Amino acid sequence: MKDANKITALIVDDEDLARLVLRELVQTHPEIAIAAECANGFEAVKAVAEHKPDLIFLDVQMPKLSGFDVLELIGTETAVIFVTAYDQYAMRAFEVHAVDYLLKPIGRERFEAALERAKSRIGEKFPPALELAASARPPKQFLDRIVVRDGTRVTLIPVRKLDYAEAQDDYVALASEGKKHLKQQTIASLEACLDPEQFVRVHRSYIVNFEKVVRIEPYGKDSRLAILADATRLPVSKAGYARLKTLLDQRT
Amino acid sequence: MHPLLTPISRFGLYLLAWIPLAGILVYLMAVPGRLGWLDATVLIIPLCLIYQFVCLSAWYSCKAAPIQKSTGQRLWLTHVLAAAILSLFWVLLARLLAYGISEFPAFRGLNGRFASQVPVLFGAGFLLYLLSVASHYVILAIEDSNKAEVRVQESSILARDAELKALKAQVNPHFLFNSLNSISALTSLDPAKAREMCILLAEFLRMTLGLGEKTSVPLSEELSLLRRYLAIEKVRFGARLQMEEDMQQVSSAVQLPPLLLQPLVENAITHGIANLPDGGTVRLSGHSHNGRVVLAIENTFDPESTPMRKGGLGLKNVRERLEARYGKEASMRVSAENGKFRVDLAFPADTANTEEAKN
Repeated sequence: MKDANKITALIVDDEDLARLVLRELVQTHPEIAIAAECANGFEAVKAVAEHKPDLIFLDVQMPKLSGFDVLELIGTETAVIFVTAYDQYAMRAFEVHAVDYLLKPIGRERFEAALERAKSRIGEKFPPALELAASARPPKQFLDRIVVRDGTRVTLIPVRKLDYAEAQDDYVALASEGKKHLKQQTIASLEACLDPEQFVRVHRSYIVNFEKVVRIEPYGKDSRLAILADATRLPVSKAGYARLKTLLDQRT
Repeated sequence: MHPLLTPISRFGLYLLAWIPLAGILVYLMAVPGRLGWLDATVLIIPLCLIYQFVCLSAWYSCKAAPIQKSTGQRLWLTHVLAAAILSLFWVLLARLLAYGISEFPAFRGLNGRFASQVPVLFGAGFLLYLLSVASHYVILAIEDSNKAEVRVQESSILARDAELKALKAQVNPHFLFNSLNSISALTSLDPAKAREMCILLAEFLRMTLGLGEKTSVPLSEELSLLRRYLAIEKVRFGARLQMEEDMQQVSSAVQLPPLLLQPLVENAITHGIANLPDGGTVRLSGHSHNGRVVLAIENTFDPESTPMRKGGLGLKNVRERLEARYGKEASMRVSAENGKFRVDLAFPADTANTEEAKN
């Protein structure tokens, strides 16, 4: 039941007491309705899909799914205020266009200021956090797992289990353990997040996990096929073949 | 300061080394030189007494031309020239002495007989000086290596001290901020509990500060620190944190470096329990065996979360501190199996109070 005049908010923190502090602070504002409280990232993703809140108070350090992972999965229509005891994430938080960044323990005045900022930006369309995060990624720090959402279900794919990724319009299809997962991301930004010593862009539309390639076969003029352990055949362009060879030379 | 003059025993050794040298020289003059034993002795002994001090001056030319930094050519030139000049001076002295001694009736004609031996004496003086140069270089090298060793030891002690101080002073600030946040929540929910938490936190902080001056603490003290730490984290994590303790089989008087276990328990929370949505258990256990204490810290962890680096900073610190204290007598084993992360420490059971023993 959504009251059109009220701002709907979500509180996400894995600690009961931390949620309690936020609830108390929020409850002093009658114009805000708390749609749900979540104790982890999975619940948060689900609750966002269900309640479509205007605003989320999002803890950064949570088990399995961090606040940043959640932000990556919830689309672009929610204003996010990060809440954490760690100040080292502040830079990253603003890079992914968080509205504000609250440090625990949270003071009343600081909370009010954050809320004002959030109110002025509710309804705005935020840029996709994922692309921002990818471009702001520090050099030499690569993903060790990829988070994917299918409806309200969240899957974590460890990158070592990723066989290949295929570009499909605005999405990438991630093939892992015989299943395909769709994620809204461009293949170029995915490529930037993966360790180039393990993943090779073999084709305009394909990134392959080097470990999974069994052999390369010629296929027509100037192009080849990469055969994976599970017999999947992926096209390899001329430039892609050159990249594969460079990596192979580095490794031997 | 000249290294051969102090300590006095070393100077004595140097003088002793001259006795056989003087003996050889007396023999050379007496038998092949045909001076006769008496004449040779009377002439050579005072000469050697003087020359042994002259040879000490090799120290200065050695310092002026350090063997590692000088070219071979320069080394030879310096020392050969010095040897020639000093030996020449020595021979002149010898002629003067022989002349003087010849005045006594018993030694008449010594001056003339000695004249033919001048080249031999010059050669001997030359070689003796070079020998002195060589031994000075050896002494310099030994002193350098001793100094270097002392420096290495000093710096490693300093580094260890600094590390220890840093470690002791270091209460993880995030632990502090999270605890304060919990307290701020409890003030409205359960004021009594908030006060209890304040006291726990104060006690924990006071204990860690008090450990600054100590090199060892009894296990009982470390455990009471850990219990407070866990009690504070229990407030934060609630039912997600379960604790078990089995320390009955180890004497609580056993000594260990302060805050040895605390970083391990902190790891168990931050890398273990905090990554589990449904939480888990931190288990402390210990037993004694053949004069050794074996302590284990075990926690549930999520094998799928970012893999625990086996060489994490906290673990590395604990390992280094164990090594610094017990050397090869201590061991540390880290394992991560079946969702359980476990660190085993074993070290000699020492119940003597080292703090008291020192005073």
